[in-house]
Amino acid sequence: MARTELETPALRGRRWWAEVGWRHVVGWVMILICVLPLVYVFSASLNPGGTLTGSNKLFRTFDLQNYSELFAEGYQDWFVNSIIICTVAALGTVLMGAAAAYAFSRFRFQGRHGGLTALLIVQMFPQMLAFVAIFLILLSIGDVFPALGLNSRLGLTAVYLGGALGVNTFLMYGFFNTVPRELDEAAKIDGASHAQIFWKIILRLVAPILAVVGLLSFIGTWSEFLVAKVVLQRQEEFTLAVGLYYWGSDERNAQWGLFAAGAVLAAIPVVVLFLFLQKWIVSGLTAGSVKG
Amino acid sequence: MTDQKIEAPPVTPDTAPPRRVRGDDSHARNFSAGFVVKLVLVGLVDALGVYGILTALAVQSWAIVAFLVLALVVVNWVYFSRRAVPGKYLVPGLLFLLVYQLFVMAYTGYVAFTNYGDGHNSDKADAIEAISIQNETRVEGSPTLPLTVLNQDGELGFAIVQDGDVQVGSAEEPFAPADDATVEGGKVTAVPGWEVLGFAQIAQQQDAITTLRVPFSDDPSEGSVRTQDGSTGYVYESTLEYDAATDTFTDAATGETYTPADSGNFVSEDGDVLTPGWRVGVGFDNFTKVFTDSRLAGPFAQITVWTFAFAFLSVLTTFALGLFLAIVFNDNRIRGRKIYRSLLILPYAVPGFLSALVWRGMLNARFGFINEVLLGGADINWLGNPWLAKLSILGVNLWLGFPYMFLVCTGALQSIPADTIEAARIDGAGTWRVFRAMTLPLLMISVAPLLIASFAFNFNNFTLIYMLTGGGPNFVGTPVVVGHTDILISMVYAVAFESGNKQYGLASALSILIFLIVGLISFFSFRRTRTLEEI
Repeated sequence: MARTELETPALRGRRWWAEVGWRHVVGWVMILICVLPLVYVFSASLNPGGTLTGSNKLFRTFDLQNYSELFAEGYQDWFVNSIIICTVAALGTVLMGAAAAYAFSRFRFQGRHGGLTALLIVQMFPQMLAFVAIFLILLSIGDVFPALGLNSRLGLTAVYLGGALGVNTFLMYGFFNTVPRELDEAAKIDGASHAQIFWKIILRLVAPILAVVGLLSFIGTWSEFLVAKVVLQRQEEFTLAVGLYYWGSDERNAQWGLFAAGAVLAAIPVVVLFLFLQKWIVSGLTAGSVKG
Repeated sequence: MTDQKIEAPPVTPDTAPPRRVRGDDSHARNFSAGFVVKLVLVGLVDALGVYGILTALAVQSWAIVAFLVLALVVVNWVYFSRRAVPGKYLVPGLLFLLVYQLFVMAYTGYVAFTNYGDGHNSDKADAIEAISIQNETRVEGSPTLPLTVLNQDGELGFAIVQDGDVQVGSAEEPFAPADDATVEGGKVTAVPGWEVLGFAQIAQQQDAITTLRVPFSDDPSEGSVRTQDGSTGYVYESTLEYDAATDTFTDAATGETYTPADSGNFVSEDGDVLTPGWRVGVGFDNFTKVFTDSRLAGPFAQITVWTFAFAFLSVLTTFALGLFLAIVFNDNRIRGRKIYRSLLILPYAVPGFLSALVWRGMLNARFGFINEVLLGGADINWLGNPWLAKLSILGVNLWLGFPYMFLVCTGALQSIPADTIEAARIDGAGTWRVFRAMTLPLLMISVAPLLIASFAFNFNNFTLIYMLTGGGPNFVGTPVVVGHTDILISMVYAVAFESGNKQYGLASALSILIFLIVGLISFFSFRRTRTLEEI
């Protein structure tokens, strides 16, 4: 008789606790652990004058003063820098990665196999491992093109673009291969050039994956810290990661309220993008890329 | 880009010939929108490239000149040849890849074998110039010069009256005659194009003015003028004289000679070293240094062990918790599973650097939320004690990383066919047995490569370490500022940028070590997944 009871959907009492209820308890505990730091930082951002101690009593006050003070401290510069750098890097990543994936997927040329293998090997070594050399090379490039050297947002973007091909080409290559070649052949017979096939047929068919790669690249660049810290040294050129580091790690704790407000604003775009892209990120994760 | 055609409204009257549809005409007769775009873009690249070549020639960066010439030739050939079609799609990405990834790695390899760093920053010619300048002293018995401090767009300069002639110069521009200057009472009072600084302004910029050196010519051996008070200048000349024929420095006062040594310095017979030196190859010195230098060997060994332990334990803990939660919530009878899932992945959605900084504040020993509120005023030095700091890092990384494993494991669990599990149950296997013998092995097939990737990621998780503890608490008595929670990559950062004496060579050698380890990890991961065979 006990067996059949298991099958009935409505369990009650101790049975319910043993089979299902405890799972809710685990869930609630975990949610508390997950959300507490986020609630804490949100509460701290609403606490004007914010030191660390003053922020410990959650939601003692509700004051947007920290948020308005951000603008006096140049926070908006960092935000705009991050938006521009990440957008350009994401667009460049998508365009260059898609072009390379198209070449590898649709043309048969000498060195194709070798090129793919080389890309796969390059992919093993994250660009940021060589940050010392990146610093030294930008130092030299700065003598010739000051706009691409140290202390330049453009220079930093160029570095990010340099890491783009290695990471994303393979992901896109796989998707490009799923677009049937008959489509391009039909277009070719109708007189389309290779450029028309690329821009008007392939890119439109793989548009969803382009969007995902672009947004993932955006999220990744948003959190990139090491290279940005090495390249950017002037406050007005900081990205959010570098700027907020200086506020958050300030041992005198003077800027904690400001940091909290800045952190909340900096997290919002990424969290929204993330929840929006959840399904894709999960499948992208299984394809082997790890978010920073 | 190709949508431009639609934008032009068809305002042409009926009598006009119909617009030509783009056909198989050659570019010479039919400038399509795409061709124009290409022409403009390649033109821009060429213009930038030529500008770069000219500037690089001016600063004598031969490597950059060679690269730019080659790049321009390739770009123009690829985009205007009909044969290099795949190249048209590969060149932009490959150029960036070449400079900012491949070359950067090769350069790491080169620097690792040099003594590049503070004291050895440049080539020999620069070192000779710097030594001459740094060893200047006032020439005994030389006359005092009436001096005026000038300013031009924030750049300071001197105007002096020497033998009745006015000379004007700055740190960058050697003294040159300025006949249009006004002289009153033997002193310059106005120079066209320059602002004359008054007493108050001089006092304000005292440091910059007393360290300013205005040379007589580009040759450092001709000496310079410096001032102590902003109104009188003295002639300075180097006490060390460089002789190009013998490639030695001679001290004019003591007569001691300094000859270039293999270490990239001028060294006297007594072993006195002139600084700065220049960059030279040092073979494997940087690689052996971390083992032979007794002050470095201990911390380096500890950091290496901790790096592996941190990466391994991070993967283990996040995977264990993620898998546990995935199993807990892999049950259709739970209501609101979607809500649980959305809330549980929040730590993963927030950018990692922000969470690390928030935790840094919360773990603060004196004012942090954890000690003050959760532990009721306890005084636990979370980030200041070597072991607690390590525990804190693992804990925070668990918070950051378990949602990823939770997502991955949930997906993998759902793809395990239910009937296989059912069959095992019917055969009499208990829950634990099913998990050990069925679920886990099946799960591992899809999850194992991700665990390896996660290991490699955490192995180089600079952001977390740097944001949370900054590597501290620091070791005592090490020549570089490294601490108990530093991992290899944050040690590289400390060696290259945060220690008093920046050692790019040593930092690069350590980077190479990381390259090797990461390469080895990836190699095993690829052997497992056999991605290479799918090309």
